[in-house]
Amino acid sequence: MNKPVDIKITDMKERYKSGVLKYKQMGYWEPDYEPKDTDVLAVFRLTPQDGVDPEEAAAAVAGESSTATWTVVWTDRLTDSEYYRAKAYKVEPVPGTPGQYFAYIAYDLDLFEEGSISNLTASIIGNVFGFKPLKALRLEDMRMPAHYLKTFQGPATGIVVERERMNVYGRPLLGATMKPKLGLSGRNYGRVVYEALKGGLDFTKDDENINSQPFMHWRDRFLYCMEAVNKAQAETGEIKGTYLNVTAATMEDMYERAEFAKSLGSIVIMIDLVIGYTAIQSMAKWCRRNDMILHLHRAGHSTYTRQKNHGVSFRVIAKWMRMAGVDHIHAGTVVGKLEGDPNVIKGIYDICRENNVPKNLQHGIFFDQPWASLKKLMPVASGGIHAGQMHQLLTYLGDDVVMQFGGGTIGHPMGIQAGAIANRVALETMVKARNEGRDIWNEGPEILSQAARWCQPLRAALDTWKDVTFDYASTDSVDFVPTPSVA
Amino acid sequence: MKITQGQFSFLPDLTDAEIKLQVQYALNNGWAVALEFTNDPHPRNSYWAMWGHPMFDLADPAGVMMELDACRKAHADCYIRLLAFDNVKGWESIRMSFIVNRPAQEFGFELIRQEGEGRQIHYTLRSVTTAAIAARQF
Repeated sequence: MNKPVDIKITDMKERYKSGVLKYKQMGYWEPDYEPKDTDVLAVFRLTPQDGVDPEEAAAAVAGESSTATWTVVWTDRLTDSEYYRAKAYKVEPVPGTPGQYFAYIAYDLDLFEEGSISNLTASIIGNVFGFKPLKALRLEDMRMPAHYLKTFQGPATGIVVERERMNVYGRPLLGATMKPKLGLSGRNYGRVVYEALKGGLDFTKDDENINSQPFMHWRDRFLYCMEAVNKAQAETGEIKGTYLNVTAATMEDMYERAEFAKSLGSIVIMIDLVIGYTAIQSMAKWCRRNDMILHLHRAGHSTYTRQKNHGVSFRVIAKWMRMAGVDHIHAGTVVGKLEGDPNVIKGIYDICRENNVPKNLQHGIFFDQPWASLKKLMPVASGGIHAGQMHQLLTYLGDDVVMQFGGGTIGHPMGIQAGAIANRVALETMVKARNEGRDIWNEGPEILSQAARWCQPLRAALDTWKDVTFDYASTDSVDFVPTPSVA
Repeated sequence: MKITQGQFSFLPDLTDAEIKLQVQYALNNGWAVALEFTNDPHPRNSYWAMWGHPMFDLADPAGVMMELDACRKAHADCYIRLLAFDNVKGWESIRMSFIVNRPAQEFGFELIRQEGEGRQIHYTLRSVTTAAIAARQF
């Protein structure tokens, strides 16, 4: 039996008496609510303070992320408030984690401005994360209705058109981030770009913090990098790209840098996540207008995506970025140096690449998510990966991914070109073997060492990095494990 | 120079038996295999000449190999590439592409630099083969 404080007050005079009510009393808990096809849905992981009822906590999150404030206000009655209130409609305990709950909340489409990630996020994560009755809160997943998706541009280029422009099919793309991150002059920097592209990579990349510093101003970098790109194209007959990072202090600066990159014939530019959602959407629109691939480096995301109890899951960020319109997003490697549980990564890659992502709790996907023909977003695997892991990378990540071997190219004992050759040979060898029907998961090391017999750079790479693994427990794992079904 | 377009250019040239396995992989996926050839492998030359249409209704890789033999006989001194087209919604483009024939000698490209203002250089790639053919004609 529900106590009176736990149910919605329907007598309007009672409901709007000045003072403080429970969020459930105000009407933010609707266990009978059937979400509409047009609703935006969100699932949060709640950790209520001791003694706080999880349903009341869920109602509070619904309230604070939609219409509510801490006390009753009569001005609600000037609106169709029932309609605008977000509705918490389900709360369930997190499996195996006492004190945590998944709360499902439905938001009417009219709560959001069309085509604006900033507006969407100002509601959903704007206010609630510091709310005192909660110890912690995490946005785990969202379901975007097709009606809302269709108000977004989506990726400026998309995987298919990127491949058509690059003339690269049937294998993952290869890249490398230029190292050292800071300190190279423009001329020295272009040398590294040239060696890596000439050796066999498709892309090279500015690092997140390469903008326009005293040791290398942006115009200098762009000019030398494009010399490197063109020279490598002439010597290989392939299309090459270098992600020119246009991240800057103001939109005007970013547009200026992007225009310069375009005038030099670059096919790709790059931005950092820290520039903010509005700036990202502006650059995505610029890229669509200018036939430019847009690479996003997820700089800063681990401050809020990594810990399971608080923040925003990266699968949600990936969804927002596909809507916002970037073409590349760093999305984990599983085997490299950065956070990445295989099941979580699979869920994120599906969000980026599939037309339709069905609910799959074992991959952290809480809702069916049809993408309404938004273009596909190319995931990028970067951070502590090397040629010796190629069978694992190809198995985990598939074909539509940019594999970036920064240290694994530039740190090669025979030089940068040799590093690039090792990576490209390892990749082509593994794709060929997989297509031939071989079991690359188990035979991978043998397949690589056979290729290393005729490819000295691959031999050197395998010898140098053979024992390098990053085997730590993931902090961001899934909560649902497969349970045997009753036969 | 060796042009490294396509998904297997860093490997030793595939034997016919190996090509056949790749064709089988494409057919297993429901993709239509096609052959195209050119003497102008400029990276932005999208439209190589088609050796017939993509082989949509073909189920046996041996059929592709026969076409490849015929194409090689007719255009031994051209680049020939094998493509696989996927018509699934949301893709509707190429899934595989690799070179299956090269001319005896690959001449590559000349990089032409045109100096512009503000230190800008405008780069042009010119295929040595097509440049030579053009020179002979005029």
